[in-house]
This record gives sequence, structure tokens and C-alpha cells, in this order.
Amino acid sequence: MRGQGIWLRGISGLGMAFLYLPIIVLVVFSLNASRLSAAWQGFSWHWYGVLWQDEALLAAAANSLWIAALSTSLAVLLGLPAAMGLERLKGHGRQVVDMIFLLPLVLPEVMMGVALLLFFVVIHWPLSLATVVVGHAAFNLPIVVVMVRARLQKLDPRLEEAASDLGASAWQTFYRVTWPLVRPAVLGAALLAFTISLDDFIVTFFVAGPGATTLPLKVYSMIKSGLSPEINALSSVLVLSSMGLVGLSLIFQRR
Amino acid sequence: MNHSPPSIASSPSGRSCSKSSGLLLPGLLWTTVFCLLPIAVVLAVSLATRGTYGGVLWEFSLDNYRDLLHPLYGRIFGQSLLLAGAATGLCLVLGFPLAYYIARLPPRRQALWLVLIMIPFWTNFLVRTYAWMFILRTEGLLNTVLIQLHLISAPLDLLYSNQAVLLGLVYGYLPFMVLPLYAAIERIDPALIEAAWDLYADRWSLFRRVLIPLTKPGIVAGCVLVFIPSLGAYLTPDLLGGARSMMVGNLIQHEYLVARDWPLGSALSIVLMLIVMSSLLWYFAAQPPQARERGEP
Repeated sequence: MRGQGIWLRGISGLGMAFLYLPIIVLVVFSLNASRLSAAWQGFSWHWYGVLWQDEALLAAAANSLWIAALSTSLAVLLGLPAAMGLERLKGHGRQVVDMIFLLPLVLPEVMMGVALLLFFVVIHWPLSLATVVVGHAAFNLPIVVVMVRARLQKLDPRLEEAASDLGASAWQTFYRVTWPLVRPAVLGAALLAFTISLDDFIVTFFVAGPGATTLPLKVYSMIKSGLSPEINALSSVLVLSSMGLVGLSLIFQRR
Repeated sequence: MNHSPPSIASSPSGRSCSKSSGLLLPGLLWTTVFCLLPIAVVLAVSLATRGTYGGVLWEFSLDNYRDLLHPLYGRIFGQSLLLAGAATGLCLVLGFPLAYYIARLPPRRQALWLVLIMIPFWTNFLVRTYAWMFILRTEGLLNTVLIQLHLISAPLDLLYSNQAVLLGLVYGYLPFMVLPLYAAIERIDPALIEAAWDLYADRWSLFRRVLIPLTKPGIVAGCVLVFIPSLGAYLTPDLLGGARSMMVGNLIQHEYLVARDWPLGSALSIVLMLIVMSSLLWYFAAQPPQARERGEP
């Protein structure tokens, strides 16, 4: 574009570097042998070995995976029918229901956290692993709804009509026509929900009970109690695994 | 969306309606119980009184909202608005050229760049914020490198400042700005830009008189999407900010978990939510009617 090329390319390259440099720095320095983590003293897997020995950390990892799996399952089981129901709804009802479903996405996370905390206290539900699962399912539900709906909107409604004209029951129509068509979107949404649950700090921070420490809570307490090279290794594991999951999710969405 | 009305019209409307409500009910119930009801509880608690030893006394009062007028809270709210506004402005300045560049790439490379923009935004926010602590702290990477290059003799105080918080916010929410801007720019007919050049527009007037008006919905969307999470930020100021860089999110957490003044914390949350909701209204008002009907973000 008439001499704008270099200038634009420069600023775009800088923007991209700005997004990725901190992540690259983190991963590179997790492989640093030094205890004083900002000076490079040679390559080593040492800090990953340290992670593997840390039992509290492994317990936190197990918690995180359980919470992510359960909250994602709940979000899919509730979200897939909800997305289909929303597509069939019309008029003002649809807009209202739409807004209710989207609310958890636009609410400030801190507000979501304190609101759930207060709610659990008021109904006398002791904070535990279960309260975290419930909270995560609440913010994962709209993600599934939005992503599945985007796919449903692209489907040709005549396919479902043809199925029922040919005498298929509602269940048969779903199982043999709709489901195969929306399955990639559902898988993509589930992977994304799983990643978001694994990564969540704020809501978990407010509603986790004793014994429900997750990996992000663990990272946070490690950061607050002083920086050690172990954090770099743990952070790299978290970043790279969520990147992998998001990459997979994107692949499914493209199908 | 264009296809769906015939499908509804072709099935008996009564049946389709009851079927859709059956499908909707479980999810709707979940969101109502675990999102709407908790917000209602926050609202109720914000209108109650703090018990002597923490806890809540159910006596109606507006005192919590009156307390928010205290200069200390006003300062923190003002600071949050300022930081969130500055982060939004910086994201716009950095995000517009980036989005424009991507929108002008060949389609295959566009997709690659978009994926690259999206990936960090789905990646652990806590860890990405920690990366900046690692870079900026006194014995951090930046100071170490600068000292080794003999550019400075003593480490700089970079972390725990408003500037560090601003950097963290821009870093965290830049993708929210780029994606809607890209969507808006990509839709512009290149012939319009050619026409502007042919009519001897310089870069500035092309930008001001062609690009800005045509991408306004995208600009508003990006600004709202950056402003909302920045305003409610908790982790960024908590990790990168100093004692004087507190934002509303930290104040809310402090009132709930440290001071144990739940009614005041609730009043703060309600005010924060109202600001967020009003900026969302502005966002919806700026969207073209078609996108609004589809409920697209």
C-alpha cells in the first residue's frame, strides 16, 4: 500500500512479538540450570524433575483435571440442548433467554466469584471441590451455547425436515442427522471449556474449599511466597498444554 | 439464520414451542440458579448491614452505597477507570494497524495470523501475567540484560507500578481489540480505499474519513471488550501493581476476604456491574441491526 507496507509490517511484527515474547521467555528460562532464574547458566531439565516429585502439586493437577472434566461434561449436557432450543425459539423470548445465557460471559470475573461465594454461604453449601465444579459449569455453559449455536445457524433446516418427513422420530432425527453435523462444534467447544476451566483462577479462588487446590491456585501461592525457578517449569507446562488444547479445539471448529 | 423461519413455520407452532422450552429448561435453570440468583443475593446483601464480627445483618440500609462516596473508594474507582481507559486507548492504537495489516494479507495467511492472535488469549492468564513479573522485577530478565550490557548500573524499579499494570492490561486484552477490528476492516470494499487514494486523500484523511467511519462498530466492540475486563481486573493489579495501584477488583476481594465487610463489598460489585452493563448497552447500540438480530458478539 504505497509505502505503508514497511511501517505496517513493522508495527504488526512488534505486536505479535509483544504477545509471544513473555511466553517464550518463560519456557526458555524453565530450562535454565540456575537457581537465580534470570541469569542463564546452562540447559537443564532439573526443574521439571522437581515438579514431578512434588506430591501436593500432583494432587492439585488431579483436582484441576477432575474439575475441568466434570464442569465441561455438565456444560455440554446442558448447553447442547439449550443451543438447539434457542434456535427454535423466536420473538422476544429468544432475546431475553439469549441475554440470560450470555450473562456469565460479560460479568466481571471478580463479581462472578464473590456472587457464587455469597450464594454458597447463604444456602449453607460448604465450599469444596463440588462448588468449584458448579461455578466452572456456570461460566462454561455460555461458551458451549454460543459455539454450538454458531454451527446450528449454518445448517440447512431442510435436512431435519426431510428426516421427519421420512418418518424419523425427534430422537432419531437428532441422533442420525443433527448430531453428526454438530459434533465437531461440540468437541471444539468442549475442548475450549476444558481449557478455560483448567486455567481459571478467579472464580476458583473464591469458591474452592479446603482440599480443592487447583494448579492455578498452586501457581498463585507459589508466586506469592517468592519466585522460584520451579514456577517457570510449572507455568510452561500449563501454557503449553492449554496451547495444545486450544489448537485441537480450533482444528475441530474448522471441520 | 436466513433458513430458520421456514423450519419453524413448517412445524406446528405449539409443538415446536413446547419442545424448545423442554430443551432450554435445564440450561436456563442452571444459569438462573448459579448466576442470576447469586447476583440477586449480592444485591440483597449490598442493601443490608454489616454484623459486628463480619457476617450480614438483614437490616435494610443504603449506608453501603453512601460509604462508597468516601474519597478513598472514589480514588480507587477513578484510578480503575483511568487505567482501563488508558489500556483501551493503547490497545486501539496498537490493535488498529495490526488488524489492518492482517485484513490485507492473502486469505491463507490471514487465517494463520488470526489463530496466532487468538492462542495467547485462550492461554492461562495467571501464567502470562507471571511472565511479566519474571521479566520486570528487580532481579528480573530485563534488568539483568540491561546491566550486563552496561546500559544501566543499578536495577530499575519497573514492577509494582501503574505502568506495569497498564502494560499487563494491554498485553492481556489486545486480542479482544484486534479480532473485532479485523472483522470490521475485512468487510470494507477495497475499491473505497482505492477511490480515496485516487481522490488524493493523504494517509491521515483516509484513516479519519474512510476507515474510522466504516469500522466504527468494530472500534466500539473492541473498546468495550477491552474496557470491561480491564475495569474488573483482579490478577493484573494484584501481581504487577504496587500498594497504590489497587483497582476495584482488588478492593472487592479485600472487602470480602480480608476486611470481611460483605455488604460494602457487595455494593462495590453492584456498582462495577452497572458500569459494565452500561458500556454493553453502548456496544449494542453501535452494532449494525443485522448482527444485533443474530446476537453475534
